Amino acid sequence: MQVYGEAVIFGDNINTDIIVPGKYLTTLNPEELAKHAMEGLDPDFAKKAQGGVIIVAGRNFGCGSSREQAPIALKYAGVRCILAESFARIFYRNAINIGLPILECASVSSKVDLGDHLSVDLAEGKVVNLTKNESFQASRLPSFILEIIEDGGLIENFKKRLKPK
Amino acid sequence: MNIAEKILAAASGRDQVSPGEIVEAKVDMAMVNEITGPLTIEAFHKIGVERVWDDKRIVMVLDHQVPADSVKSAELHRIMRQFAREQSIRNFYDVGLGGVCHQVMAEKGHVRPGELIVGADSHTCTYGAFGAFGTGIGSTEMAAVFGTGKIWLRVPESIRIDISGSLQRFVTPKDLILNTVGMMGADGAVYKALEFAGPTMENMSVSGRMTVCNMAVEMGAKTGIINPDETTLSYVRSLKGRPFGELKSDADADYERTLNMNVDNLEPQVACPPTVDKVKPVSDVEGVPINQAFIGSCTNGRLEDLRLAAGFLKGNKVKDGVRMLITPASQEIYLEALREGLLEVFVEARAYICNPTCGACFGGHMGLLAPGETCISSSNRNFIGRMGSHEAKIYLASPATVTVSAIMGQITDPRRLEG
Repeated sequence: MQVYGEAVIFGDNINTDIIVPGKYLTTLNPEELAKHAMEGLDPDFAKKAQGGVIIVAGRNFGCGSSREQAPIALKYAGVRCILAESFARIFYRNAINIGLPILECASVSSKVDLGDHLSVDLAEGKVVNLTKNESFQASRLPSFILEIIEDGGLIENFKKRLKPK
Repeated sequence: MNIAEKILAAASGRDQVSPGEIVEAKVDMAMVNEITGPLTIEAFHKIGVERVWDDKRIVMVLDHQVPADSVKSAELHRIMRQFAREQSIRNFYDVGLGGVCHQVMAEKGHVRPGELIVGADSHTCTYGAFGAFGTGIGSTEMAAVFGTGKIWLRVPESIRIDISGSLQRFVTPKDLILNTVGMMGADGAVYKALEFAGPTMENMSVSGRMTVCNMAVEMGAKTGIINPDETTLSYVRSLKGRPFGELKSDADADYERTLNMNVDNLEPQVACPPTVDKVKPVSDVEGVPINQAFIGSCTNGRLEDLRLAAGFLKGNKVKDGVRMLITPASQEIYLEALREGLLEVFVEARAYICNPTCGACFGGHMGLLAPGETCISSSNRNFIGRMGSHEAKIYLASPATVTVSAIMGQITDPRRLEG
């Protein structure tokens, strides 16, 4: 599975209140959540992400609350993949469970600039910076996690596993 | 093995587990609130399972936006009520029955030592105060738990924090844990279990232990946990609930590392905006003017916290121009505060008592901040936009520091009002 997109850059410890604040969590509509994605740091993020972007971030991306609305807001805003130096564990699982590709990638912040075109091979964990004509390795996902992402999330994966063989 | 490993081994039916292994574990209890529950219910219906795995092992709580502050919130509450009814889930805490979910889980006996408990709320790590492995998960994951009663978990490396010394008067478990978060950093324990041990923890009340474990997630930890002792057992035995075994860390258990802390000279601590790990001694931030002071939340909305606040407020008034909100964490705490006369002290001091809810801490309703305002709060997060406007500032502190700051109208060391 290959993912392409332009890089948008964030720092360390990007928390779920920044990704989508509590005051918007009364809606279950993903499109509505997406409008507020990242607005604490960049009120225009949702517009910028529309064409499909890859988030490149530092350590502990997604720290804070367990709200699955955070990866949902990013996914529906147009985020196709997140590459970060490390992730907060609940966000990490939530992203996988809703089928948003997410890879740990050491010192990725120093290898990518805003607007660089990236291509990510999820199975291999290989990232190509098409703008800089460089490639580097992210941590490979365990096969059962890759399968959840390829199925589009835990719901589809679960249904598939429930089906009689 | 240490306590976290023993619980995961027991939950996955194995004799032994090691850090890094992935186990499929049986869940003892699963909890959702009205922010995460409706998405869980939606996912549960999509999965196509008809009945939950065990209606007695699911707890549903309305707490984040109660009573409903908008038609949208009311709709989320309705979805929760309907699901509880359809699935015969009796542990459903509607408006008027419970309060903040983690407090409800504790005081209703839903947390037992040695258990694995998952909650669709990040502060589920609070249950480590009772020697349980509590960890937060998301909504879709919870739907799978509702369907199967199982979850995959990576066995975490454990970090042990050995704490010795006695906290000075008006220095509280909150100051201890803020200091720890400052020392470890917001990602200092990502994916790990944090075990709190040592004489200071052994002498700490159940309420204080909940405050400490509650904030383990602010360092990224998967859980915060304390070995159960007499204090734990006398609390849990006083509540009706499931029988339980006792799991404790072996004396020769392995840890990724062990840190030592002494709290004899610990000053009151304050986490400065906009991250929980930007912790300073109160003396460094004294004099910062405040607009709002908040006491409440799963971190510090318990009786012990309200008593501490009342001790300062008796005979004093909240400073003109400052609003002080006090939100008991549960109906039980509210009732006890009423019986003890604490609520009268609060009203006479011009503090404003709110109904049990996550309220101001979550920034969903009740006590949101305007741009440019500053709040000092006994809660657990000071992120940008957490309590209202992105342009508001939040300082985190103990209930003692919050209360004295409310009286003085600026951040103040509570020990100044001592005596």
